[in-house]
Amino acid sequence: MSDAEPGYTPDDMMTVAAARALRSGDVCFVGIGLPSTAANLARRLHAPGVVLIYESGCIGAKPTRLPSSIGDGVLAEHADVLVGVPEIFSYWLQAGRIDIGFLGAAQIDRFGNLNTTVIGPYEDPTVRLPGAGGAPEIAANCRRVIVTLRHSRRTMVDEIDFVTSIGHGSGNERSELGIRGEGPVAVITDLGIMRPDPTSRELVLTDVHPGVPVSAVEVATGWPLRVAPDVTETDAPSAAELEALAALRGSGG
Amino acid sequence: MTPFASLADAVDRAVDDGMTVALEGFTHLIPFAAGHEIIRQRRRDLTLVRMTPDLVYDQLIGAGCARRLVFSWGGNPGVGSLHRMRDAVQNDWPVPLEIDEHSHAGMAERWRAGASGLPFGVLRGYVGTSLPEHTATVATITCPFTGEWLSAVPALRPDVGIIHAQQADRQGNVMLWGISGVQKECVLASRHAIATVEEVVDEFQPRPNGVVLPHWVLDAVCVVPGGAHPSYAHGYDERDNAYYAEWDAISRRREAFTGWLDDLLEGSGHVGR
Repeated sequence: MSDAEPGYTPDDMMTVAAARALRSGDVCFVGIGLPSTAANLARRLHAPGVVLIYESGCIGAKPTRLPSSIGDGVLAEHADVLVGVPEIFSYWLQAGRIDIGFLGAAQIDRFGNLNTTVIGPYEDPTVRLPGAGGAPEIAANCRRVIVTLRHSRRTMVDEIDFVTSIGHGSGNERSELGIRGEGPVAVITDLGIMRPDPTSRELVLTDVHPGVPVSAVEVATGWPLRVAPDVTETDAPSAAELEALAALRGSGG
Repeated sequence: MTPFASLADAVDRAVDDGMTVALEGFTHLIPFAAGHEIIRQRRRDLTLVRMTPDLVYDQLIGAGCARRLVFSWGGNPGVGSLHRMRDAVQNDWPVPLEIDEHSHAGMAERWRAGASGLPFGVLRGYVGTSLPEHTATVATITCPFTGEWLSAVPALRPDVGIIHAQQADRQGNVMLWGISGVQKECVLASRHAIATVEEVVDEFQPRPNGVVLPHWVLDAVCVVPGGAHPSYAHGYDERDNAYYAEWDAISRRREAFTGWLDDLLEGSGHVGR
């Protein structure tokens, strides 16, 4: 954190940075939680034409307030199309019609593989997490994947306990496995942004948020983090972005 | 034959110990009243099938009704964890719980295969994940036409499928609308199907994404207004988000949960609030 009071929290910065990754016209399959907040923020700001798709079957959702769950009625009320769950996953997701999958996770490794299933051994878990939901097929079948989660040694780990959703596998593994989407293109946290190396696909720190030293990101990462030679500083959230975010959060159902 | 029945009779006739039972409804139209009736009738050793166990299965699991859970996302939506499910998986309380864990896309294909009378469903999924190592009901197959690798998942064919819908007409045809989840597939895949409904109407109106299930695919229709509470019935009520948050506190400790369960078992009504 910078010494002056920045007027926003690291979570605000993360959400704003994630929202900036979406553009009007993008067709985006949205996970609930942080990704949903960011996607709705983008739609209220610079990307009014972003097409939001929720796994409950809502295509072109235009919620008037922040949905409290993936099946919130507000997602259905203003959707362009409403379909059943088998259809959303087959005709729309697996058929390759989605540009961006927007996911969170409990754990991520250096190749962007995600765990939302268990901490500890599967048969005798320390913590049983909710599990897969739509994530594995979102991660596999969208053209690109953006991940957003809070940055700590508990979340950014050397080895994840369970691969719920494949990122880049052990490196360039997706094409070998016949997986069609490109995989994670950005991991946006409350400290900065990491993007995969074009060759090895290992995540590289490319951006830090204002006032965050690179060393702080390294300390908060559970593997020796690769750092780009020219790390960019993210633009701080604008007044308009913060205002829209506050309005969105205040509207939560 | 008009399939109208009381919920207690419908559950009593259809659900026996050891059966595979599915209560579906994707966040919307979750048949809570039917789940509570199963708890009240003290059914045991059930295999419970549901994409999102939600509070309704947390309650059935905590009450000791389940031996096995088939699912794809086990959280309290918008709140956090399902503590009764966690306690059963991590600590075998009140009884051990086996799990058959999938992704949503896999469960959706299992439902579609069941509804279609096919032995398995096919999808572009599971590849590169740890799920196939731990889930016996996922296999890799090769497309006989293109040679592509795909995942196969076996059809779901529950003994009993239960849904909640907005309306029935006088004949017992049932209509639901809004987020429709996998309810059509659940009814058609199950050997015996029960629908609870908000009300009976003379005639259905066309609705966006309306799904009509003819009376001859349903074994019982039960009029249970508010039967989806604390989830919701689009057009009738709102999701009780405060109750979902409150459940976190009720379910976190065994004593508080047991108090909730005693209230349910002693009362004859539908314990929501």
